[in-house]
Amino acid sequence: MRTPWLITILVLLAVIVPVAQFTDYHLFQLTMVVVYAIAILGLALLIGFNGQISLGHGAFYAIGAYTTAILMTTWNMPYWLTLPFSAVVCAFVGFLLGLPALRLGGLYLALTTFALAVSIPQILKYKAIEDWTGGVQGLVIDKPEAPFGLPLSPDQWLYTFTAAVAVVLYVIAWNIVRGRVGRAMMAIRDHAMAAEAMGINQPVVKTSTFAMSAMYTGLAGSLGAIAVQFVAPDSFGVVVSIFLFVGLIVGGVSSIGGTLIGAAFIEFVPNVADKLSKAAPGAVYGVILIASMFLMPAGAGGFLHAMWRRLMPSRTPTVQAPAAQPGMVADETQTRPPPVMAPQTGFAKEPVARHE
Amino acid sequence: MLAGVLHQIMSGIATGGIYASVALALVMIYQATHHVNFAQGEMATFSTYIALTFINAGFPYWIALAIAVVASFAIGVAIERILMRPLMNAPILASVGVFVGLLLIINSLSGWFFDFTIKQFPTPFPDHPMLGGYLSGHELGATAVTLIVLIGVYLFFRHTRLGLAMRGAAFNATSSRLVGVRVGWMLALGWGLAAAIGAIAGCMVAPIVFLDPNMMAGILLYAFAGALLGGIDSPLGAVLGGFAVGVIENLGGAYLVGTELKLTLALVIIVVVLTIRPTGLMGRKVTSRV
Repeated sequence: MRTPWLITILVLLAVIVPVAQFTDYHLFQLTMVVVYAIAILGLALLIGFNGQISLGHGAFYAIGAYTTAILMTTWNMPYWLTLPFSAVVCAFVGFLLGLPALRLGGLYLALTTFALAVSIPQILKYKAIEDWTGGVQGLVIDKPEAPFGLPLSPDQWLYTFTAAVAVVLYVIAWNIVRGRVGRAMMAIRDHAMAAEAMGINQPVVKTSTFAMSAMYTGLAGSLGAIAVQFVAPDSFGVVVSIFLFVGLIVGGVSSIGGTLIGAAFIEFVPNVADKLSKAAPGAVYGVILIASMFLMPAGAGGFLHAMWRRLMPSRTPTVQAPAAQPGMVADETQTRPPPVMAPQTGFAKEPVARHE
Repeated sequence: MLAGVLHQIMSGIATGGIYASVALALVMIYQATHHVNFAQGEMATFSTYIALTFINAGFPYWIALAIAVVASFAIGVAIERILMRPLMNAPILASVGVFVGLLLIINSLSGWFFDFTIKQFPTPFPDHPMLGGYLSGHELGATAVTLIVLIGVYLFFRHTRLGLAMRGAAFNATSSRLVGVRVGWMLALGWGLAAAIGAIAGCMVAPIVFLDPNMMAGILLYAFAGALLGGIDSPLGAVLGGFAVGVIENLGGAYLVGTELKLTLALVIIVVVLTIRPTGLMGRKVTSRV
């Protein structure tokens, strides 16, 4: 069977079966998995495909959530209409943050975005914008009903709606990454100077990747706010950013399908680990994060993809794929194995180059 | 007004000393390995808990502090040997991932062993205002301890053979190895020293902000800002930067943005320094060959 059809059928099943079978609570959990998956997809576009490390994507998640909440409470806008606004706001903020990010090499960008993540709750609590944001109390929003008299409960409808938005976003991301823009993004990640020598406009590609990434994570924030029906500053602390980062690493930094695995991981693992002790989720996250850095650097997505390629040898008939090296970023977008001389993004010594 | 400003500057210097210590710890690890230790704050918090455990067990304050410092040194060395050694030449993303993992683990361990409730931490210094009411006894004592630590670190690096070997290992690993310096152990010692300095900083700040597993999150941010302001590869710069950030934070919090946005001030300092002068005030400009 051809892969696109297989994926289409799987997606349809993933929507229909839960809506028909699951309880409302489990549907809510699945909705959150889809929401996190979109957020992690945004992070993957930036970190995995463009090599810009952000530890602060919780900030964009928060901005998206607040944009939707404010539009719904202050302007009485219907929930679906807030999404385009949220996309524009987050893309714009992402673009603005992408500008200083151009001057900050890897580690410094991680540090700056980490600082952003730590300070975002304080900014949300700020008195001058309290009329809009509801201050420490936050905002409560209504759960949307199914339209056109569809015989669905609000949770069933919300899951269907979120999944539909996710499908659109995934198709867009998949096509961007496989196309010319995606190749430019990855070229910058693998060797910025060589990419520039090939005529890739580095500032334009990097800032627009940042904007797109922020837009994805922001839209996830909007959908998450609608599903949770509540936004408050303290639910957008630095932990959100760290969880998204953990989900990304576990799923595989440059694996589009892996984002779903990462999202399921950050949604369900705390529920299971919580039964052990209050401290367990953090410890489990930390151990798995470090373990996957050492043992499975391409994440679950990269691992499964390598398995898939081994089972489907017909797709790579002539050239034998070079043995995966630790830390090598596996792209499921690659239809051919990379040439042997490809610049390694793995555990190779990188020159310590800093911007002046 | 003037007395108020003076008061803010004085307490800015007092908290700045804490930031300076943590910034120095960050710089020590950065200089040797070009890693930024995102877990530095959590490590310091954990050390503070160790000190508190021994104080509660009846040990005198200074003995408990010394035990915590020694234990932290050992933990720091162990982390370098076990986790960081394989990542020597890893890409930035791998090291950031491991540091974030370390942050999560140590934070959970603090909560697991010592629970999540907010605890008071004792101070060995008298409880009455000093210097004409500008500083509390603890603030003055903490500043003195911080200064002693900083001077001690300076003397160690400047005037001992071991300090020279550590500087050599950080500056040029290959040449140091050729003259017989055991570079690997020097890096581990650097980690140990950074953890020990963090332990002292944790114990000095805990009586002010109270002890809980997330105590150092904000302080780490100010330390980042201080280290970057001074230049992340210059120990002296990091110390001065830490003090400067303490003063800026207090003055800014009092007269400019209000206390609610103090953390944002650290973010602004970081962004401004990195975009306008990425080397910081005293850092070296690094040029790399293509």
